[in-house]
Amino acid sequence: MSVHRDLPARAIVGTQTVTIAIALNGERRSLKVSPATTLLDLLRHDLALTGTKKGCDHGQCGACTVIIDGQRINSCLQLAVMQDGKAITTIEGLSPDGALHPLQAAFIERDAFQCGYCTPGQICSGVALIAEGRATSREEIREHMSGNICRCGAYPNIVDAIEDVLVQRGQLMKETVE
Amino acid sequence: MLKNDTHIGSPRSRVDGPAKVTGKATYAAEFATPDLAHAYIVGSSVARGKITGIDVAAAGAVPGVIKIFTHENRPRTAWLSFRHKTIVGPPGRPFRPLYSDEIQYSGQPIVLVVAESFDVARHAASLVKVAYEQHPHETDLGRARSDSYEPPRRRLGIAPPPKPRGDAAKAYDEAAVRVSAEYTIATEHHNPMEPHATTVIWEGGGKLTVHDKTQGVQSSQAYVARVFGLSSDDVRVISPYVGGGFGSGLRPQHQLFLAVMASLALERSVRLELTRQQMFSHVHRPETINVLSLGADQDGKLTSIQHHALAATSRFEDHQEVVVNWSGLLYPAENVDLRYELAKLDTASPGDMRAPGAPLGVFALESAMDELAIAAGIDPIELRLRNYAERDENDDKPFTSKALRACYSEGAERFGWSRRDPKPGSMREGRELIGWGMASGVWDANMMKTSARAVLGADGKLAISCATSDIGTGTYTILTQIAADALGLAMDDVTVALGDSSLPTSPVQGGSWTAASAGSAVMAACQSLRETLVKHAGKIDGSPLVGAGIDDVAFAGGRIMMRLDASRSLSLADAVAAAGGSVEAEESAGPGLLGLMLPKSHSSYTHAAVFAEVRIDQDLGVLRVTRIVSAVAAGRILNPKTARSQIIGGVVWGIGMALHEETLTDHRLGRIMNHSFAEYHVPANADIHDIEVIFVEEHDDKTSPIGVKGLGEIGIVGTAAAIANAVHHATGNRIRSLPITIDKILADAV
Repeated sequence: MSVHRDLPARAIVGTQTVTIAIALNGERRSLKVSPATTLLDLLRHDLALTGTKKGCDHGQCGACTVIIDGQRINSCLQLAVMQDGKAITTIEGLSPDGALHPLQAAFIERDAFQCGYCTPGQICSGVALIAEGRATSREEIREHMSGNICRCGAYPNIVDAIEDVLVQRGQLMKETVE
Repeated sequence: MLKNDTHIGSPRSRVDGPAKVTGKATYAAEFATPDLAHAYIVGSSVARGKITGIDVAAAGAVPGVIKIFTHENRPRTAWLSFRHKTIVGPPGRPFRPLYSDEIQYSGQPIVLVVAESFDVARHAASLVKVAYEQHPHETDLGRARSDSYEPPRRRLGIAPPPKPRGDAAKAYDEAAVRVSAEYTIATEHHNPMEPHATTVIWEGGGKLTVHDKTQGVQSSQAYVARVFGLSSDDVRVISPYVGGGFGSGLRPQHQLFLAVMASLALERSVRLELTRQQMFSHVHRPETINVLSLGADQDGKLTSIQHHALAATSRFEDHQEVVVNWSGLLYPAENVDLRYELAKLDTASPGDMRAPGAPLGVFALESAMDELAIAAGIDPIELRLRNYAERDENDDKPFTSKALRACYSEGAERFGWSRRDPKPGSMREGRELIGWGMASGVWDANMMKTSARAVLGADGKLAISCATSDIGTGTYTILTQIAADALGLAMDDVTVALGDSSLPTSPVQGGSWTAASAGSAVMAACQSLRETLVKHAGKIDGSPLVGAGIDDVAFAGGRIMMRLDASRSLSLADAVAAAGGSVEAEESAGPGLLGLMLPKSHSSYTHAAVFAEVRIDQDLGVLRVTRIVSAVAAGRILNPKTARSQIIGGVVWGIGMALHEETLTDHRLGRIMNHSFAEYHVPANADIHDIEVIFVEEHDDKTSPIGVKGLGEIGIVGTAAAIANAVHHATGNRIRSLPITIDKILADAV
């Protein structure tokens, strides 16, 4: 049977590595990384944090979205060595004590996913969007969530879920459909 | 169904939701093991020819490279192509990776680099140099069209066009109202968000555990065993979560072959994940050209239907879909002539993609019906009602159920169709032209033989298992609902295990048949459990259920009770204890008597009426689909929440087909040009506006024991046609080639 555990960070290309210190999901980590490794591959391959997904590796789909110092970012476009001193939150860090983040709960309630593969990226993007405070309508949610592709086509439900949390937080009045 | 349903028919959140929103759901490339090697594919850069040399010196010198496989050093595998065939595959010779020096299409995997890390494998792959002898290729369907042919051998499960009825050409010539045109649909690629990937865990002793991105774990298991000469006991395929399939995982794809080959040769665990670019190197929806002619009398009653389709296939396989048969099914006419031909291109083989064939043929048919409505001066819905098929004239059989009339009326009501001014270009708001269009949709309702196991433990927890997959369709959830209702349990007391080849037999997940098939199997297994429990409950000394038969009792709230006297009841725990501590049943369900394949007495289809509103900028040609109403008749709806999502997803696919999706090939090179998410466009969030789903009442007791007809495909089928018809209504221009891009809107603008 396969094992699924936190593997120790290791050098993966050649012999040269760089040591970085990051706060990953609230935990301080010192990691030796290859200069060629992306943050996405560091998370998925070396740290076994596979909640962050690889959909294109080119910054075109948003499945790898994580939150770095409060900003949502495609982790496939970030080299691991660039993260020294940064605070990174992945999907695994949104419910550290086991209680779902309100947006995670809203995604379940609104059925805002099907296959689930884009979902961690959608949720990280949505959490950061809510914190940005600039989505004031469904139209704006749609626009600001367009960096995250959902091939199952759950978009209307994703907008519903984000709208619910914005309404809960008093950032948005619920739009009524005619 | 049972009389005490509390979960079935009610909106329920997905039971796999917590795993998916926390990142804990594990997909094929995410299973880890110590000593895992990483593989990376080098694809052919020419479309046809021979490999004359492969220089792996530089790649092999990169530290960390373990092995480089080519056709020259690949391990021996099955030579005979039939061993590579699966039940889903079409006639022909399936593609065999690294089989020989022959290049059959651009992007074909020709080298596999295996290394200690992903970075090293990718880097080393970039250093491989391949020399080719190029041969002339053809990737342009317009040119290959002159060499079209009727597929000499039928693909299993794909109905050929029915025999002609009457004399369609003569009837067309004599018809009072006629329309005839050519309708084309571009090549599309599935692009599930999860790229195809396989992780092979080398277990030692010749045993493999394979995590494969597939819509059928047992299909992958059988393929691996057959091709590599292994016992099926030595291969276990486990894929609990699949990041979208849409048909791309119906056949074993080449990453499965290559990963297993490398693992067996190196005797260690190997992972191979395709890049997004490589997701354009295998399966796709074939470009299809329809020529459709309709003839009708003055009242719009059809007298002649001629639908001839030409679809692309590869040079080595005859992929086939049902494209034209829908035209003989949706509307009756005395004279019908349907033909389906293929033309060979130097590409990978096409494959099934969401509702294979149907949205292609139905786009043509429902566009032509819109044109006929205008030519005859009849409202598009009225035209369809005047030509309503009460019977399947292709097969000369009655329908199991068909509530399409209700789809038209309820959809039209919700959409506000009566406020439509039929004159094109008549509805506008400022700079925006508004168009309203509609179309019908239709898809097979099938059931396939499937088995399931149910185990009720002493703790009152029910464990359900079946080898089918949940590719995002909601299978985990609806099976939980069915099982919970059958034994009167809370959904939390039920667990469902899927996607493991060691579980009871299931066909691949596809064709919209899984809910009906796996659902019926779970129902049968639970029914068997109920009978065992009642039998044992009646034998307990002083049992309140003494003498009770299965029809005398109800299961609710964790108890078995007399239907007519609820005070006479026994806890499930007591019944399980009486039965020896746990109860288990495995049952199968399938079409026809005793699950045998018998000739069906009825035809069974799902139907839909789709209404679309588009808004088009009059100067820029920018088009938005601002509103869709999809009214669906699909029998019993098990879970309105996940069912609605299925239809919304299908509609989004229809919008993609109508406006965005198009694989572009440079025919000079025979290579795909837009193989990325930046250039192969799928709908993004901002493209999707209001989508309303209506499930009309439809009772069906013949398609499946649980009354279900399936929802995976029907959402897409009529959507592109409804949008194209709306575009005509907005602009007066008929665009007959999908996708409807801005250049086509502007080119047609007067």
